[in-house]
Formats: sequence, C-alpha cells, structure tokens
Amino acid sequence: MSEATLLSARGLTLRFGAIPALVGVDVDLWPGEMLAVVGESGSGKTTLLNVLSGRLAPDAGAVWYRDPAGRLHDVHTMPAPALRTLHRSDWGFVQQDPKQNLRMNVSAGGNVGERLMAQGARHYGNIRAQALDWLTQVEIDADRIDDLPRTFSGGMLQRLQIARTLVTHPRLVFMDEPTGGLDVSVQARLLDLIRSLVTRIAAVLVTHDIAVARLLAHRIAVMQRGRVVETGLTDQVLDDPQHPYTQLLVSSVLNA
Amino acid sequence: MKGYNFAYLDEQTKRMIRRALLKAVAIPGHQVPFGSREMPLPYGWGTGGIQVTASVLGSNDVLKVIDQGADDTTNAVSIRRFFARTAGVRTTTRTAEATVIQTRHRIPEKTLRDDQIIVYQVPQPEPLSRLESSRIETRRMHSLADYGLMHVKLYEDLARYGQISISYDYPVLVNHRYLMSPSPIPAFDNQKMHMMPALQLFGAGREKRIYAIPPWTEVRSLDFDDHPFRTINADRPCGLCGARDAYLDEVVIDDHGGRLFVCSDTDHCAERREAGHRGDEGVREAAE
Amino acid sequence: MAPVMLRTEGLAKGFTLHLRGGIRLPVLAGVTLQVHAGECVVLSGPSGSGKSTLMRSLFGNYRAESGRILVRHGGELVDLAAADPRAILAIRHDTLGYVSQFLRVVPRVPALDVVAETLIARGTAIDTALERATDLLLRLNIPHRLHGLPPATFSGGEQQRVNLARGFIAGHPILLLDEPTASLDAGNRTVVVDMIREAKSRGTAIVAICHDTDVRDAIADRLFPLTPLQDAA
Repeated sequence: MSEATLLSARGLTLRFGAIPALVGVDVDLWPGEMLAVVGESGSGKTTLLNVLSGRLAPDAGAVWYRDPAGRLHDVHTMPAPALRTLHRSDWGFVQQDPKQNLRMNVSAGGNVGERLMAQGARHYGNIRAQALDWLTQVEIDADRIDDLPRTFSGGMLQRLQIARTLVTHPRLVFMDEPTGGLDVSVQARLLDLIRSLVTRIAAVLVTHDIAVARLLAHRIAVMQRGRVVETGLTDQVLDDPQHPYTQLLVSSVLNA
Repeated sequence: MKGYNFAYLDEQTKRMIRRALLKAVAIPGHQVPFGSREMPLPYGWGTGGIQVTASVLGSNDVLKVIDQGADDTTNAVSIRRFFARTAGVRTTTRTAEATVIQTRHRIPEKTLRDDQIIVYQVPQPEPLSRLESSRIETRRMHSLADYGLMHVKLYEDLARYGQISISYDYPVLVNHRYLMSPSPIPAFDNQKMHMMPALQLFGAGREKRIYAIPPWTEVRSLDFDDHPFRTINADRPCGLCGARDAYLDEVVIDDHGGRLFVCSDTDHCAERREAGHRGDEGVREAAE
Repeated sequence: MAPVMLRTEGLAKGFTLHLRGGIRLPVLAGVTLQVHAGECVVLSGPSGSGKSTLMRSLFGNYRAESGRILVRHGGELVDLAAADPRAILAIRHDTLGYVSQFLRVVPRVPALDVVAETLIARGTAIDTALERATDLLLRLNIPHRLHGLPPATFSGGEQQRVNLARGFIAGHPILLLDEPTASLDAGNRTVVVDMIREAKSRGTAIVAICHDTDVRDAIADRLFPLTPLQDAA
C-alpha cells in the first residue's frame, strides 16, 4: 500500500454463484480526492462499493483503511465494534434511496443529530444548533427541522441524507448513485451541493452517469463485468479513452 | 405443602435461575436469557418476578409483596399467600422487616438496606423495544453500546413537547455501560436505584430475561446536559399522613368528583400515621 | 535568458478507434516545442495538423504515447506525460492554465463564482477573489447584471468571455489558449490581446491556437508549424 493512500484494495474477487461480480479489482484512494466508479448495470460497481465499505465480504483480496493516526486497518478483519464506529464517525455512506438511511419517524433535526448523539453529544441546544446549521447548508428550510421526513420530496430526502452523513465531518464518504431517480433540475441542485460540500473529503462515487463523474470526480475507474478496465484522470479517461469499452461508453452518451 | 418442592420450583430450575442471576449480577444491566418455567398463573401476572423470588428464598427469609406500592391488592395478596404455602416463610407488610421484597411497578419509599433483596416484575425487559422492533438489532446495539437511538427519542420529546415525556419505565444507564429498563416504575422512583445498598433483581417471565443491579451501583437516568433529569414531587401532601416527598396515588372517593391523594406505598403511609403524622383527610379511612 | 517553462521532447500521439475495428490515427510525431517565460508561441498549420491534439496533450487532457512533456512546476522541470493523476492535478492547480474553446457549463453556478472559483481554490480570500472576478468580467464587457446568473443562458461570446476570465484570473505561469478570440467582436478582441500582453510581461509562457491573423500578429513571438501526418479526410 502506497504511503499516502487513505483506502486501498488489492485483488478483490467475489462471485454470486456463477456470476463474477468482482474479478481481481485494485483500488487506491488518496485523501481529499473523489473517485468515480462508472459502468453499466451489472458491472459490479455497487458490489465494489459494498466491499470497500466493509458491508460485503469478498471471496479473495483485502481492503485497508488508514486512520487519522496513520495506522492501517484491514476493513474485513477489524472487530465489528470498530467498523461500526468507523461508519458512524470517520466514514459516511450516501445511499441511492435516502429512505434506507433515514429514520422516517424521526424529525429532520433528530435525523441529523443522531450521529452526533451516537458519538456522545449530550447538549440538546448544541445538537439542535448543529442540525439547523446543516439543514441550511443543504438548503432545507430551517423551519422544517421538526418535520418528519415523510413530508419531504425525493430531492429533500436526499439532501437530508447528505446532511445526516456529513454532520460528523467524515474523511471518507461512499456514495451510491446519489442522484439516481431524481428529476433533472433536482439532480442539478444536488450535484451543486455535493460539489460544494464534499471538498477535501475523500469519496468513492458510484454512478452510471458519466456527466456526473466528469463534474464531480478527480479520477475515474471504468468497470465492465466485474473488472476495472481503465482508470485515471477523469477528463483524460473521458476525452481520450484507451480501452474499447470506455470508448463505447463515452460515445454512447447523449449530449444535451 | 404436599407434592411441591420448597417455593414451588424444583432444585434444578432454581439452580439454572441462580446461574442466570449470578451472570446478571456480574454484568450489571445486561439481559440474561433464562428458561422461564410454566407457573400457576399466566404471563403478564408476574411469573418472572415469582421465579426469581422462588430461587432466592430461604426458609429464614421474610417476604413482602407489593403491587403498585400496596400490600393489599389482589395480586400482592395472592403471591404472598402462594409463597406462604409453598415455602412456609414468614410474610410481612413492613418494609423494614422484610429480607426479600417482590414488587410490581414501585420501589418502597423507605431506603432499603444491604441485607435486603428487591425483586422487580418486568413486562418488557428491552428498553429499546418501542424504538427498534428487531431483537437482533437491539442485541447488537447493547453489545456495541450503541444507544444513539434512545437519545434521539429524548431529543424528539424535547423538540415536540419541550420536555421529556417519559413518566414511567424511564431508561437508565447502569454502571456507565448498559441501557436498562427499570420496569414500569414511575420516573419518580429512578433516583432510588442509584447506589442502592440492596441487591436489585429483575425477572421477565414472558420475555424470558433476567437482569440485575448489584448493591452500590451507579444508575443514571438518561438526559441532556442542558435538560437534566429531575425528580418531580407532587404539588400536595398525602391526604392521610401528610407526607410531602412520597409518590401519591389519586383515589376517586365519591360520585361528585371527590378525590383523595394518598401515598402509593401503603406501608410507608401506615408507618407515618402510627408515628402520629396526619394529613388533611386524616380522619377518613382510605378507600379499599 | 528567460527560463524554459515548457518543453516537449519527441512527443507522439495517435488514436486507436476500437469502435471502427481498431484503426489507428497517428496525429503527432516527434514534436519538439520549447516555450520561455514571457513568450507566446502560436501553433500554426491547416485543419487536422494536430494543433488541438498538441494543446490537449500539453494540458494532460490527452495521454501522450511517447516522449516527454516537461513543465516547470515548483522550480523544477516535471514530466507531465509520466505524471500520475494527482501530480497532473497539482500542476494544473499551481502552474498550468487552460482556456478551452468552449465553456463547459455547470448548472446553477453564477458566472461570478465560476470565475472566482479558481482563485479561491488557490487560497485567495473569498471577498478579494469575488472583487477581482468582478473587475475582470467588467473588463471583458460582461455587465453586473449577468454576474449573478449561471452562464448556461449566455450567448456563445459571453460564455467564452467567462471562460477567458476564469483562465486568466489565477495568474498561472503557463497558459494554454485555444482560439481565445474566436467568438468575440473587435472591442473584446482588443481586451483579450491586452490581457495576453500583460500576462506575457508578467513572465507567463503562452501557447495559443489562433486563426485570426490580426490577433496572431499582435500576440505571437513565434509560430510553431505543424503538418498533418496523413492527408486530411
């Protein structure tokens, strides 16, 4: 593992029965950089995200995370409490369906404050103030703080999920199609938000939308049938694709 | 009593329950599963408390049984008689005289001693049950001390009502580690659990769980730094004995809306009256 | 003698079109270019001679097949062609600026922020950055009322001027300009020529593609001719 990487994976392999979901995948992620993982459905990109974040165990290969003290941890052999703590503090996970990651019967403020309380925050006033601050940052009206998420639109739910995830200032965020299923204008707003909030945070962003990758990511990895076929600087891979599949992918994108 | 072992349960069962109790005492507030036996009364009537009492009772013990503070309700009377018959132990209504006290939903007003055991009847041992329906998930939360969800509930109360709305079965953190349900005692009683000299045992028969708080253990009711937990005293004294710091029951005394507020702890009230204390309604008999 | 800011050695670049059965298109071969501080080199040659390809390769947007692209970054000559993505990003951040032919439009971000972003990313205080961005936009005849609007609805010329402002504001030591005056009227062409001259006098090394002969004559110290490797299609 290179000296400065935040997250590294080598030789990740995983089969679902006869289907090869991941075949010998290597990944490196440096602090503060966003890596987009693109590919069509079934390419293995969501599986890769789940393996990198410790939610799914690979058949072979390993994932290492470097903590703020510089120590390396094997994500899949670290003790369950440690991984859980990591997910609640240093790491964040933004799901495609925000309802998976929100408590629908808890107010917006409670949702944002939960990670703070899980970390030991015990001052109601401070928790509420931080929740208000984050709701404002994700452009949710401050007076919705006590409203239940079931009264929110899809875009608002996604922004609430982002607030809930970023409130503990994670160093590494995993994002699974964060703009999937949203209207185009809503997507634009969300992308703008991600662009401005996820600076100096390392992130792995899974998306099938190349335009999203181009807008947000420093580096891009292209997956096809469980393999990373090409990886590199985003604009270089998209403007000067080397691999046949990457060329196909790029040429298939409609330009508005 | 012929045909029954001492205190109804066979020795092997008592041994199994005592092992569970030892484990529970060793890990304060942690729920220990046990093989709850068929008892001569249905679930929901105190089978857990009865099994714990049966397992710790010895022939020299003096047993008191209370139900919401009273020695004279039907259930308290039945359970007391049950043990009198199957164990032949002396029974009492005096808290000071008892060595084992089985209780449903109250802690006696009198401070307990280090030679006493109090056994609580518990309907739902899982403090997170109303917030998280999956038992697998709550077990994980306990093992990882991941109690953010409970604090979220308290936050929601504050946001919605301006105060924490839990008035009974108020969740506590035991020995800085385990979140515990104190059983449906009023929040008023939570303070008594903290650093109690007596051994506190909890039995849930239907849910098949035992837990315990050893003597002199820290028990803290959950709160926020800027909204600390407070014991709220009634705004009036007991109508019979004039006590100002006891938990009061509201008793309807006639068809015209007449009410009497009396000590829920019948022994405490009787003791005070014997000592000469009188409340404003002191001349009337308490409603049976 | 002004220091060499940019030098290519034996730079070669071609494309393999896998979607067309893998046919190979060679574009650049053995390109050796050298640019000094304060110098403006204009790439010349007919369509298809590889001017754009060379420019994009210099920026790291296209991957060189062989040869070196040496860039003076942090006082030393660093080979961009062999650099890893983070190094390329660092070079683009500190040293190498690029004004493309068309503005790549990001939805929702106002023109002023588009221009100020690069400056803020380099550590300038937000207020100062916004002030300088405002001045530059006004100089390029983008009026105040457009500053708060996202450029998506601007005309081609207006978009290009936002693009130019963004490219020039940070003061990169090396600038790559692809048709900087293409969609501009005479007045704005003059503004841009002045901006280029000022950059040169600050020591900026410039490589430009420019079809307008007047502008070319005004800014170029040297022409660098390219010839097509194959007959134009």
